[in-house]
Amino acid sequence: MEIRSNEFKGRAVFAIHDASLQQALGKAREGFVGKRAQQAAELPEFEQLREEAKALKNHILDHLDHYLERYEQAVTAAGGQVHWARDAEEARTIILGICKRVGAKTVTKGKSMVSEEIGLNEALIDEGMEVVETDLGEYIIQLAHEPPSHIIAPAVHKTKDQVSDLFEAAHGGPRKTTVPELVDEARRMLRDKYFRADVGITGGNFLVAETGSSMIVTNEGNGDLTQTLAKVHIVTSGIERVVPTLDDATLFLRLLARSATGQETETYTTLSTGPRRADDLDGPEEYHVVLVDNGRSRMLAGRFREMLRCIRCGACMNHCPVYGAVGGHAYGWVYPGPMGSVLTPLITGLDNAYDLPNACTLNGRCASVCPVKIPLPDLLRELRHMQHQQEITPAMQRRALKLWRFAATQPRLYHAGERIAARLLAAIGRKGRIRRLPLASAWTDVRDLPAPAGRTFLELWQGKRGKS
Amino acid sequence: MTSAREDILKGIRGALKRGPLDATQQSALATRVPAHTRPAIDEDAVERFVRKFESRAGTVARVATLRNVPAAVEAYREAQGLPQRAAVGAGLKSLRWAKGWEVHHGAAGSDEALAVSPALAGIAETGSLLLASGPDSPTTHNFVPDDHVVVLEAKQIVMHFEEAWAMLRARPEGIARATNIISGPSRTADVEQTIQLGAHGPRRVHVILVG
Ligand code: SF4
Repeated sequence: MEIRSNEFKGRAVFAIHDASLQQALGKAREGFVGKRAQQAAELPEFEQLREEAKALKNHILDHLDHYLERYEQAVTAAGGQVHWARDAEEARTIILGICKRVGAKTVTKGKSMVSEEIGLNEALIDEGMEVVETDLGEYIIQLAHEPPSHIIAPAVHKTKDQVSDLFEAAHGGPRKTTVPELVDEARRMLRDKYFRADVGITGGNFLVAETGSSMIVTNEGNGDLTQTLAKVHIVTSGIERVVPTLDDATLFLRLLARSATGQETETYTTLSTGPRRADDLDGPEEYHVVLVDNGRSRMLAGRFREMLRCIRCGACMNHCPVYGAVGGHAYGWVYPGPMGSVLTPLITGLDNAYDLPNACTLNGRCASVCPVKIPLPDLLRELRHMQHQQEITPAMQRRALKLWRFAATQPRLYHAGERIAARLLAAIGRKGRIRRLPLASAWTDVRDLPAPAGRTFLELWQGKRGKS
Repeated sequence: MTSAREDILKGIRGALKRGPLDATQQSALATRVPAHTRPAIDEDAVERFVRKFESRAGTVARVATLRNVPAAVEAYREAQGLPQRAAVGAGLKSLRWAKGWEVHHGAAGSDEALAVSPALAGIAETGSLLLASGPDSPTTHNFVPDDHVVVLEAKQIVMHFEEAWAMLRARPEGIARATNIISGPSRTADVEQTIQLGAHGPRRVHVILVG
């Protein structure tokens, strides 16, 4: 997928003025945040589980090579095949190779963020294959020719009316206007595709080393129909998704649904272990797993290792005020919100996503809900630091920061500067507000700046101390 | 040229600043026993299973013995207005069906309306069914028909997931090709966060609880 993260500012402004988007985002915010809070409150062990999940992920990352090798052995023993891909292109080549070998015409897909990350759909379509997204949200955005705007609810930015329009254009009339009618229509349209599919591609929430199983967690059952009815099942997954045992996976399962959709559990949790067996009456004839690195082993080396704990629940974006205001598309690539603002520059390059680490108020809500306790604000701050060091930060900003650092290390000079600024700003303020300020138009164009009281905090403080 | 596999493993080890783990370290990891916190539950397992399963739009009917299952299926079929035809997992071959019923043990085709499957376990923690694929319980039965009836014996209900995994491991054939944990009918909230049942999988899931 094309990376458009450097257009963040423009896209954000556009998003804020998009009435349908704002309506859709408003609904989502209320739902996700409230339901998660309720689930967390209903499980007394929730905080303890978060702590354990963090420790378990750290243990896995410390022994990642070992668990991946064990996982591979177990998959092979079950008759499946593991493929390793260093980057997106290699992953696409492997999957295209399998599809071409079996002469695939129709490829069904369950929701997979890794397949978005590696730009799989375009590659398959270019080879003349019919690619059908079967998750309802993914199906909607496929009809709209848009990327997902949320990692759990890809079409969260669409209103019901917009879905009605898309369905009418794609399926013909009469126009369906209620949610049950729309869901039913999608169900009908997709049924036949599952049965016709040559290859079914799904993601993998967890890869279990103990049993060689890939695990998906869904509500619709589309992933299961995809992987059961196609002749070949291909799983795409990041290398960091391996877990040692079924019991270990359970710890994450207890956190995932609660954090993601605010449910105690999703409707379906499915373990897939190898292809159809001799006496099986259904199931795919071939079972493949494509393990994708794409920057992950590099992340393991440095200060961003903690990001590899991510279980892709989406809670951080559900609780992010910036995401809540601009939606997922403004972020310009596959992963939006706080986790996307960390991952996008790390996977696609710092200079490809300058705005993302800066589109954050460091309010910390994301870290306070992350089920594996990733310190997202710290990682974003670290990225800003790296941008500065690599001189990706605009020269003007760097000069200003230099000047500030110079002043801040000279207390007398700094306080003198503060006194002048406080008096100046107070003088141009009207009724305690400043409506226009040169060099700060980004702020004052859309809202007033509160004018200072005329004296600095330090002056007031010292005055008070003098009195007492 | 090194393979991608070697490169990735080398990259990981480089990042971890060490070589491959030695045999002792590997066997320590292989015998590691996870002991994560399980939610404390102070409720009868069967009661909890039923309460949780019903809370997500599943339905439950209770019968005394396996022999009563066909009659319970008939009652369900009648209530839903379905024809007397079902794909029945061969694990339930011993059931005797009343005259007029057409039952087969093959996979479910696209026109299948009703399937009846044997469960391997019920998990009280979340009110979920665990079904293991195989000739006795084809996976298509769980997802293709609009109506799915699952036969679960009360003694198969365990409290936590971990106990259900132990049951899976203890089977002579081990882990099934597909292990389906099912917590009610298929659902979606992809249109404006409105929950709608019957997205792609069954519109209704009905448990016949035996014992
Ligand atoms: S960073 Fe944390 S909260 Fe965000 S998606 Fe990943 S696991 Fe969930």
